[in-house]
Amino acid sequence: MTLAAQVGHIARRSVRRTIRQPANVIFPFVFPMALLAVTSAGLNPATKIPGFPTDSFLAFFLAFPFIQGALFATMNAGTDLARDIQSGFLNRLALTPMRGGALIAGQLAGIATMGFVQAVFYLSVGLAVGVHLASGVAGAAVLLALATVIAIAFGSLGAFFALRTGSGEAVQGLFPLLFVCLFLSSMNLPRNLIEIDWFRYAATANPVSYLIEGIRSLIITGWDWQALGLAFGIAAVLGLTSLAAGAWALRMRLTRT
Amino acid sequence: MNAEHGIEAEGLVRTFKGDIRAVDGIDLAVEPGEIYGFLGPNGAGKSTTVHMLTTLLPPTAGTGRVAGYDIVREGPKVRAAIGAALQEAALDNLLTGREHLRLQCALHGISRAERRRRSDELLDRVGLRLAADRKVGGYSGGMKRRLDLALALVHRPTILFLDEPTTGLDVQSRSALWAEVARLAREEGVTVFLTTQYLEEADALADRVGIIDHGKIVAEGSPSELKAQIGRPTVEAIPRDGTDPAAVARILEQFGEATGGSPKGVAVRLTHGVTDLAGIVRALDAQTIELEQLELHAPSLDDVFLAKTGRSLEGAGEEEEEPEPA
Repeated sequence: MTLAAQVGHIARRSVRRTIRQPANVIFPFVFPMALLAVTSAGLNPATKIPGFPTDSFLAFFLAFPFIQGALFATMNAGTDLARDIQSGFLNRLALTPMRGGALIAGQLAGIATMGFVQAVFYLSVGLAVGVHLASGVAGAAVLLALATVIAIAFGSLGAFFALRTGSGEAVQGLFPLLFVCLFLSSMNLPRNLIEIDWFRYAATANPVSYLIEGIRSLIITGWDWQALGLAFGIAAVLGLTSLAAGAWALRMRLTRT
Repeated sequence: MNAEHGIEAEGLVRTFKGDIRAVDGIDLAVEPGEIYGFLGPNGAGKSTTVHMLTTLLPPTAGTGRVAGYDIVREGPKVRAAIGAALQEAALDNLLTGREHLRLQCALHGISRAERRRRSDELLDRVGLRLAADRKVGGYSGGMKRRLDLALALVHRPTILFLDEPTTGLDVQSRSALWAEVARLAREEGVTVFLTTQYLEEADALADRVGIIDHGKIVAEGSPSELKAQIGRPTVEAIPRDGTDPAAVARILEQFGEATGGSPKGVAVRLTHGVTDLAGIVRALDAQTIELEQLELHAPSLDDVFLAKTGRSLEGAGEEEEEPEPA
């Protein structure tokens, strides 16, 4: 059996088990939308700040759900994998001819699918409530691609934590940490408008800011190649580093001969 | 795949962090088509041995061959030849029984058409046809174990490893699983390596039994051979209320050495076997000692364990848990 076929089977299982857990479906779809509604209503006056890049806070803040959705992907991917380790399901898979890489790739393919579906939903809601996509139809395609890549990157991080610790609780412990990273980013204001120095420095040093700004650029600016390059680059570095670490952790865990 | 070979191991050792020697130089020779019972308390080294023989854990020392293949150098070939249902049914509660079987078939490279046929066949065989499309989370312990067995069989292995397959099951589920395991060995010639902490399981199923304690095999043979090594039966008397147990003990000890009995009883291992029983009854009667109960116990595998380790199998593992094979 080819590696691609193995990946396909594991990915199908990953998607199937995700959609069978209501919490895994409801939270990534509802929470980001609820936060989008509340925040954009409450912080709309911020658009009056001189230099604010758009007159719609909804459009400005629409980048946030894509990142929050990716964080949910981290937790779901990691928790599911940790559950496989704890239940012995990983050993069952290890006794088949399945290649180690297929396990991670399959899990990530499932995450990518969910990440893509979530992104389509967020974008559809945004367009439905009147957000104009400055980069047009092609920009929508790039936005969906970027959101999927970010979901894969965070999913890889969750998979690494799961494989390293074998504990769903440890993976869930990662979520608040990543959430803090999200709040210490440029999600609410452009970095140049953050007046508190330490916050601005933190947001500038925080890679999550650049992921948000990449998505945001497609929504409110058009084609900002620097922002897009940084977002894709950071997602790729995070994803590849986590993937390499995950592959190492899998080798440590799967001691089959 | 090689059906002419069973399981062989020489000097198999596995140590864990902290210098824990979970398996300490085990030698095994399991013939093709044989049901080999690996009996021992919790923490004796049973699961670690299974993890090594199924290639999930490399041995620290020693060699092993399963289905004719080296467990270290030919892991993939070993895995292709074996099926395994490890301790605790390793299932995904969110998938159905049928989905489990289809996934397992797919990962073993079975074609799509054959997957459907093989899954249906195995669901029928383990009696899960009606529950096939229910999520496994709603299965009983017995149903999970039966599915676990079916999953181990999808690629028609010649050797089957079952790690405590009936732990926690009710009597009915246990009997059903025993019947299927026995059928696999007798009708399909599958070699079965079965670990258990249940004496009656080893007694009922196994052609040969290896008793493991503290990582070493302390006795090996057919259940009848092992019991014959102990040889002599025990007799246990439970005095009626008001009867002095010491008086009962004095009489019984004329016929053999004292051994462990129930808390209210007095037990001895008979020096001359069953023929002593008549003498005991006569001696007790002559002293007008009244009993609640008088029982003759044939030697059991627990007696064998007791004789070899100085401890009873029941509760022997409570003081130590087997380390996680990681």
